[in-house]
Amino acid sequence: MTAVPITPQRRIGWSVANAIVLVYAFVPIIWIISLSLKGDDTLNDGNFLPLNPDTTAYSDIFRNSDFIRALVNSIGICLIATGIALTLATMAAYAIARLEFPGKRAIVATSLLISMFPQIALVTPLFKIETAIGIFDTWPGLILPYITFALPLGIYTLSAFFREIPWELEKAAQMDGATPYQAFRRVIAPLALPGVFTTAILVFIACWNDFLFAISLTSTNSARTVPAAMSYFTGATTFEKPTAAIAAAAVVITIPIVLFVLFFQRRIVAGLTSGAVKG
Amino acid sequence: MAEIVLDHVVKRYPDGALAVDDLNLEIRDGEFIILVGPSGCGKSTTLNMIAGLEDITQGELRIDGQVVNDKAPKDRDIAMVFQSYALYPHMTVAENMAFPLVLAKVDQKTIDQKVGEAAEMLELTNHLDRKPANLSGGQRQRVAMGRAIVRSPKAFLMDEPLSNLDAKLRVQMRTQVSRIQKALGTTTVYVTHDQTEAMTLGDRVVVMRGGIVQQVGSPTELYEHPTNLFVGGFIGSPSMNFLPATIEGDRLQTGLGELTVPGAVRRAVQESTSKQVLIGLRPEHFEDASLVGDKPGATVTVPVDLVESMGSDVYAYFTVQGEQVTSGDLEDLAKDTGQDMVGEGTTVTARLDAAARVRAGQQAELWVDTSKMHVFDVGSGRNLTAGVGEHADA
Ligand SMILES: Nc1ncnc2c1ncn2[C@@H]1O[C@H](COP(=O)(O)OP(=O)(O)OP(=O)(O)O)[C@@H](O)[C@H]1O
Ligand SMILES: [Mg+2]
Repeated sequence: MTAVPITPQRRIGWSVANAIVLVYAFVPIIWIISLSLKGDDTLNDGNFLPLNPDTTAYSDIFRNSDFIRALVNSIGICLIATGIALTLATMAAYAIARLEFPGKRAIVATSLLISMFPQIALVTPLFKIETAIGIFDTWPGLILPYITFALPLGIYTLSAFFREIPWELEKAAQMDGATPYQAFRRVIAPLALPGVFTTAILVFIACWNDFLFAISLTSTNSARTVPAAMSYFTGATTFEKPTAAIAAAAVVITIPIVLFVLFFQRRIVAGLTSGAVKG
Repeated sequence: MAEIVLDHVVKRYPDGALAVDDLNLEIRDGEFIILVGPSGCGKSTTLNMIAGLEDITQGELRIDGQVVNDKAPKDRDIAMVFQSYALYPHMTVAENMAFPLVLAKVDQKTIDQKVGEAAEMLELTNHLDRKPANLSGGQRQRVAMGRAIVRSPKAFLMDEPLSNLDAKLRVQMRTQVSRIQKALGTTTVYVTHDQTEAMTLGDRVVVMRGGIVQQVGSPTELYEHPTNLFVGGFIGSPSMNFLPATIEGDRLQTGLGELTVPGAVRRAVQESTSKQVLIGLRPEHFEDASLVGDKPGATVTVPVDLVESMGSDVYAYFTVQGEQVTSGDLEDLAKDTGQDMVGEGTTVTARLDAAARVRAGQQAELWVDTSKMHVFDVGSGRNLTAGVGEHADA
């Protein structure tokens, strides 16, 4: 069989296909950016792109102390939840991938069970528990459920990565004189980094996007995150919808995610373990 | 430099599998010892116990007189070369080799010097900055060796280090391993499947089967005086021919015909409790009768099935009819070599001189060196002639 040559027709075909996919993916994003740049008067003028873009919506939301507070809450809560979940998940996944211990299957099954539980079913009990123990409407009140739901995801992704790392590397490190911690730190951890970064991105996005817990486990802006805070935006009058402001807030909260993903993605190098074993 | 002693060592895995049973072995300082045996006989397990990667269920492991059963691998000062090489993929060749020294907190200047020396010995100097992924199989193997030798450990353990290489490279690396071991004089335990490696590399060879040591000895000793059927069949390639025989006074009735046995063999045979025995004849103990003259031995006439000329030798194959003898040892051997034992009679391989005039499909007169013949007990597999010593001059 010979390779199919890339003819001009094929090239054009592929370009068109790519363009369609890109348009499909980007129309909603362009739309929301466009909305955020329209004033209330031109909102329904039927133009996809704003005729005379103005940035009042942006300056408005950054003058809104509730939004600023929500942004701080979001960043703080998500970073802490991601950090703790990642640490716990790394250790748990390592144990699950490497060790045989009693109760291992039970732990794996439980974590799978948690990830399958519909979150909405837990909102009422969580609300009751959190008000009872006094963490309702606080950072820990959100961090805790976020960690709980991030752990199964993290453990699964990470244990898959750990299983990829040849067992013999660890034995080799031991023979070379490493303590178990040194073997983990200098051989296993560097090789598992792509997995850790992938998991970090997934967990962070999951926390950042959460609306359900954010709206039901907070009551003031002391812990309310951006997705929840946005639903409390008010217009200039009671009868006006704050469409531009909501759109502007939506654009703003996308930026940290993009930065986060770009930062970690560059560290995800595929095939890091190749060359370890066999000829 | 170290002396390693395994004293009644037993290994039972948590699932109940008995991998090594009552292993006794004294490895002298600077000795090159080979562990061979069929797959699953406990070679890797033994090596891992010496390394400290597996714990010892029972018995004692002593290195330089010190019991090390409960010492962690890193405190035993032993280096290991894995079958899969187990190189650290995120480190360069130089970093891989330097890793044991870095962990031992050796200063950078000494590290550079030692890595440089090892690289030179292994012809890796031009590859020091490359990652393992970009190396060939042979180069990776040498990096693994380098990592083992840089810190001058008490002993080397090697688990089939050459089995991932192609045949030609294996021969090259074999001589290199041997040279390095001779140059460093470090005690080495080497696991292999390969007959040639076992016969050429080691000072002594340990043949294992089902977790039990069958025989320990120099390659020649094992070849010439196997203690039992299993060792006889396992060592040597092509392997020893086994034929059922019946003792009739001072003669042996075999499928080849009646063989008169020389004195020493006869004495051994007379101790046999059973009249049924198995005789073992190595391929080179046959010869074209017309080339032999009147050396003592027996002459038999056989129908040759197939002749292969190797230039230096001629291999003749023929089938001996006769009743089959089943023996656990023989079945094990057949499984290991992949030969099937079913079929009519027993196929015998004879290695003849290049001048031999045998033709496929014709009868040939072959001389048998009965003085080198081994006689095995069918039930226990014990070599009845083993204690006879040099029975060639009997
Ligand atoms: N982790 C383990 N748990 C239980 N049984 C094991 C384990 N590792 C090995 N065994 C058993 O112990 C026996 C010896 O295994 P070992 O790996 O030492 O064999 P080997 O001689 O190295 O074979 P090979 O030549 O195939 O490498 C085998 O029967 C094997 O099934
Ligand atoms: Mg093995």
